[in-house]
Amino acid sequence: MQLSRDDLLGAYRRMATIRQFEERLHEEIKTGEIAGFTHLYCGQEAAAVGVCDHLTDDDYIVSTHRGHGHCIAKGCDVKGMMKEIYGRRDGLCKGRGGSMHIADLSVGMLGANGIVGAGAPQAVGAAIAAKLDGNGRVAIAFSGDGACNQGTTFEAMNLAVVVKAPAIFVFENNHYSEHTGVDYAVGTNKDIASRAEAFGMKAWRANGCDYFDTYDAMRELLDHVRAGNGPAAIELDTERFYGHFEGDPQRYRGPGELDRLREDRDCLKAFRARVGEAKLLDIAELDAIDAEVAQLIDESVTEARAAPAPDPASVAEDVYVDY
Amino acid sequence: MAVMNIREAINHTLHAEMERDPSIIVLGEDVVGGAGTAGGQEAIGGIWGTTGGLYAKFGAERVIDTPISESAIVGAAAGAALAGKRPVAELMFADFIGVSLDQLWNQMGKFRYMFGGKTKCPAVVRMIYGAGMNAAAQHSQSVYALLTSMPGLKVVMPATPADAKGLLTEALRGDDPVMFMEHKTLYGVKGEVPDGEHRQRFGEARMVREGGDVTIVACGRMVGFSEKVSDKLAGEGIGVDLLDLRTTSPLDEEAILDSVEATGRLVIVDESPPRCSLASDIASIVAARAFTSLKAPPAMVTGPHSPIPFARELERAWVPSPPKIEDAVRQVLAFR
Ligand SMILES: Cc1ncc(C[n+]2csc(CCOP(=O)(O)OP(=O)(O)O)c2C)c(N)n1
Repeated sequence: MQLSRDDLLGAYRRMATIRQFEERLHEEIKTGEIAGFTHLYCGQEAAAVGVCDHLTDDDYIVSTHRGHGHCIAKGCDVKGMMKEIYGRRDGLCKGRGGSMHIADLSVGMLGANGIVGAGAPQAVGAAIAAKLDGNGRVAIAFSGDGACNQGTTFEAMNLAVVVKAPAIFVFENNHYSEHTGVDYAVGTNKDIASRAEAFGMKAWRANGCDYFDTYDAMRELLDHVRAGNGPAAIELDTERFYGHFEGDPQRYRGPGELDRLREDRDCLKAFRARVGEAKLLDIAELDAIDAEVAQLIDESVTEARAAPAPDPASVAEDVYVDY
Repeated sequence: MAVMNIREAINHTLHAEMERDPSIIVLGEDVVGGAGTAGGQEAIGGIWGTTGGLYAKFGAERVIDTPISESAIVGAAAGAALAGKRPVAELMFADFIGVSLDQLWNQMGKFRYMFGGKTKCPAVVRMIYGAGMNAAAQHSQSVYALLTSMPGLKVVMPATPADAKGLLTEALRGDDPVMFMEHKTLYGVKGEVPDGEHRQRFGEARMVREGGDVTIVACGRMVGFSEKVSDKLAGEGIGVDLLDLRTTSPLDEEAILDSVEATGRLVIVDESPPRCSLASDIASIVAARAFTSLKAPPAMVTGPHSPIPFARELERAWVPSPPKIEDAVRQVLAFR
């Protein structure tokens, strides 16, 4: 592991930002001020950050309906995101997209997506563009275990192999697609990485609840892809702490399952334990980051609440560049 | 007669029809819920609660949770229908027809015609549509105009619990592919539902109010909005003929023309963008067939030519609303 102190502090800050952003949303949603459907990413922080820490703003990601974590990991403005989720005029997408459609092209975030499986082919397209331009960029498609069953995902994997595109399929397996278990929904041997292998690409497997495991696997994977070997895939074993959407009673969970996740599969706890035991960082430094992040999230909520609503007269703007 | 909401009417009809006809099967994402989990199946009975209890009664052979694969869901329904079953496929959001469009459009909708009338495809695709929950551009669309434009598909849109039962029963007894459209904000609407067998023929609009001064044509959620407006205007002595289309394919052209011939004034309320819409379709039919009865140009109340936005203020501005309907009525009445 060649992570510097700064790398480690930065990784923790990004994971803590996602965690607190999500925990806070979980509370704020109860007030009824936030409209629409919100899908929380909490529990999967190490996956997004372990992947995106290898990328620059020039690399591309496409995200899912559960996109807040990917946005933060890729460097989207947290206050702009909060305003977007509150449906405000100066949200990242002017309040038109909401939680499910946040995008920020300036940092290579090509969009969250309300359509499961829609992102993977788009990542292949971005990867083709990068290959044509010879600029060394890669494009990451985040997909869930559920999304791996869409035809679009299969087609994207095959196309990427055929054209040797620098596309990376990141499958975040949190064991559920809405209310259905991965063991039921993924046929074959329940193994998503081997599906990717069957399409002719190299695939990695990592513990998505462990930042270091994810980070290390991604480094190997990226070396492989950046060396011109075409696409690759990684299956990250991870967990979501909240329901599929806010308001989901999670009756499909077994008894005690959620408590055990928080106990044994919390990527932030694991990170703290690891850096503490290895004496890489002082736990007080992490606590200080938590406090700074708490302030940022607080401000973002306060500002989002106070921010102006979009002007109803603007409803049909931005449909075309010109018409 | 029992009082039920639309959700219950749909659930009740699925139970009754599956009991009656063993060839009916139900398939879709989480139509049972909980497959392959420790919490066990029937955890939810569909995220909209419309398929609750079916699994307990009819088992996994006939009530099938599927992976997230709309193309396979609709395609499997098409194939099962060709092979003698009566599948009811659920699309959790109508917007997802994008993923399954080929199976709806080039396959299911064309089999009978392409095969020289030698086959039938009695599949029902239930889909949840419409704005009103701030679900944004990919989860709010009213795709009925698109589906109505496809020959071979029937398109059904209940606005009351009685019609939900009557139209779904009819869909399940008929032999054509039916797009059964459930507005996500109407599930809680309550009303009396006839006991026992209740079939509502397709292509027969419902006269909700009779007034004689102006005709409003609406469907789905727009019926309730138009009812409100009609009631308000009745207080001012303005009589509205309000037609609930019930089905957009087949379309009850005669009911529309009869009413317009009597009133001479038409407002069409359509929860879609305006171009190539149900509203433009009906306006063109009336212009072509009842031109001389018209005392004013038909008014179309639709969304703007844009996707559906997320923010509350913007969605409210997008959706045809009672004030906009009222304005349109006053406008056609004021026309000289
Ligand atoms: C095409 C399409 N089908 C269905 C849905 C409804 N839906 C939204 S999220 C989801 C589950 C996705 O599961 P997974 O890919 O495992 O991601 P996770 O929710 O676990 O993050 C479903 C079925 C959708 N949004 N788009």
